[in-house]
Amino acid sequence: MAYLDINHVVRKFGGLVAVNDITVGLEQGEIFGLIGPNGSGKTTLFNAINNYYPANSGEIIFKGIPITRKSTHEICRLGIGRTFQVVKPLRRMTVLENVMAGAFLRTNSATKARDKALEILNFCELMPRKDMPAKDLPIADKKRMEIARSLAGDPELILLDETAAGLNLVEIEVVMAIVRKIRDSGITCFVVEHVMKFIMGISDRMMCINFGKEIARGTPREIASHPEVIKAYLGEEYAKGK
Amino acid sequence: MAEIKTMAKKSWFLPAILGIVAIAFPPFLGGYFQHLLILMMMWITMATAWNLLGGYTGCVSFGHCVFFGLGAYGGGLLYLHWGISPWWGMIAGPLLAIIAGIPIGLVTFRLRGPYFALSMLALGETFRIVFTNWVSVLGGACGIVSSRTFGVEKLPYYYIALVIAALSVYVVYRLMHSKYGYYFVSIREDQDAAEGLGIPTTRYKMYALIPSALFTGLAGAVYMNYMAYIDPEVVFSLAGISIMMILAVMVGGAGTLGGPILGAVIFVLLNEGIRAAVGPISYLIFMVIACLLIMFLPDGIIGDWAKIKRAFRGKKPVYVGGE
Repeated sequence: MAYLDINHVVRKFGGLVAVNDITVGLEQGEIFGLIGPNGSGKTTLFNAINNYYPANSGEIIFKGIPITRKSTHEICRLGIGRTFQVVKPLRRMTVLENVMAGAFLRTNSATKARDKALEILNFCELMPRKDMPAKDLPIADKKRMEIARSLAGDPELILLDETAAGLNLVEIEVVMAIVRKIRDSGITCFVVEHVMKFIMGISDRMMCINFGKEIARGTPREIASHPEVIKAYLGEEYAKGK
Repeated sequence: MAEIKTMAKKSWFLPAILGIVAIAFPPFLGGYFQHLLILMMMWITMATAWNLLGGYTGCVSFGHCVFFGLGAYGGGLLYLHWGISPWWGMIAGPLLAIIAGIPIGLVTFRLRGPYFALSMLALGETFRIVFTNWVSVLGGACGIVSSRTFGVEKLPYYYIALVIAALSVYVVYRLMHSKYGYYFVSIREDQDAAEGLGIPTTRYKMYALIPSALFTGLAGAVYMNYMAYIDPEVVFSLAGISIMMILAVMVGGAGTLGGPILGAVIFVLLNEGIRAAVGPISYLIFMVIACLLIMFLPDGIIGDWAKIKRAFRGKKPVYVGGE
């Protein structure tokens, strides 16, 4: 049994099957990349893991504990943190207060939460921004703050939803380094990303989905040359080896 | 939250001065001014209590008259049915408010934003109508007349109201500097993000509601004892209680510690204080001022203090972050 087991998960929105029978297992300590064209169901799969949108059928098991019916905050307490594709900063709180809000998951003491938050801000290279209101941050820092906020709750598995989208090349390098550092500290990373440079560069294993179904799985190299993946992204004629 | 901390850094100077004035000064005042001060303390308690749920946690309640009314009726009903001293209402009232608050929260906290606000508004009206019409048990529209323990003497009521007001401000201050405060504000800023950070949002909204109902109920119990007369049209009033609590907080600054205090003082001064001089138009004056403040200082006098300072220095306001 894998560390995070996703078994035959289905999520429908009315007649649209956003996630259609996905089965995948993540191993502890790896960076697992999930790609797919727009609307292919990547974020919906994340939302099913967190139970923002419960799965209609199927089962999700984390460290042997079924979490399919648990509430979002319980899942977080069990050790699954996440960031959001459309960033959700706590706007009128400072960066430090945002990260402290995450750190309170494991402590009741404001002093301890503050120390933890400062340590994490240092880790994510956000120290110079710590007293800024979250709403005033540029997008790259907002995305990094989301990672920091999530890390402050000591997750064992972190779901990173398009952390590199909208960033420039320098900023992408910074985030890549941070994600590698997160993995090296023992946290399993489940990464959704459109930016190929990013996801091909950091993933140990990858999966590509389209229309809610798995179309390929393997190492980044295997995925990049897989005919189904090329077809999904570029169209039929490119897949025929043009 | 940032502003609370800077205020806290200014040490205990301002609260200490205010405290000494509030304790030492009133015995030298006339009865009418003492009356104003009692109302002020009552409204400070209510605005502070509303602010905990509405200003900090983001659950804007249009039905806090439920807790005020129950706080008043707790003692009233004991007196009506068993002739027990209405002072027991100081315990029974807030207790009743909390007992009612828990199921109310369990139902209404499933709703967000305007839907929560409207459901609370409907609840407030429901309580008013039930208390108006259920004559045999609740006294009906005639209300309940009790007796004033201290006769015409006002000072004892003032000191009781002062202690309760100070206690409410202190409790909110302590809550907002703990884990609870961070969680309340997180829920206000983004409920989904809060859930994603492992915050049980419904439970923490309840943790905000319970002290809020408690202190609103205490203010109701003080009102009951001081006025020695309550009726449902007054204590469950939408315009007179629920809306006024919101306006007092908005004028002073929602989500700040000092905002509700300042807002309540302004409200009582304008509403009651100048009524003797100008008549019922005082109500209108407060409403116009509230409208103007909400238009130009949406975060209230305390919340937009930086903006006010800049305006007086003749500099144009600087907007950070394009909002």
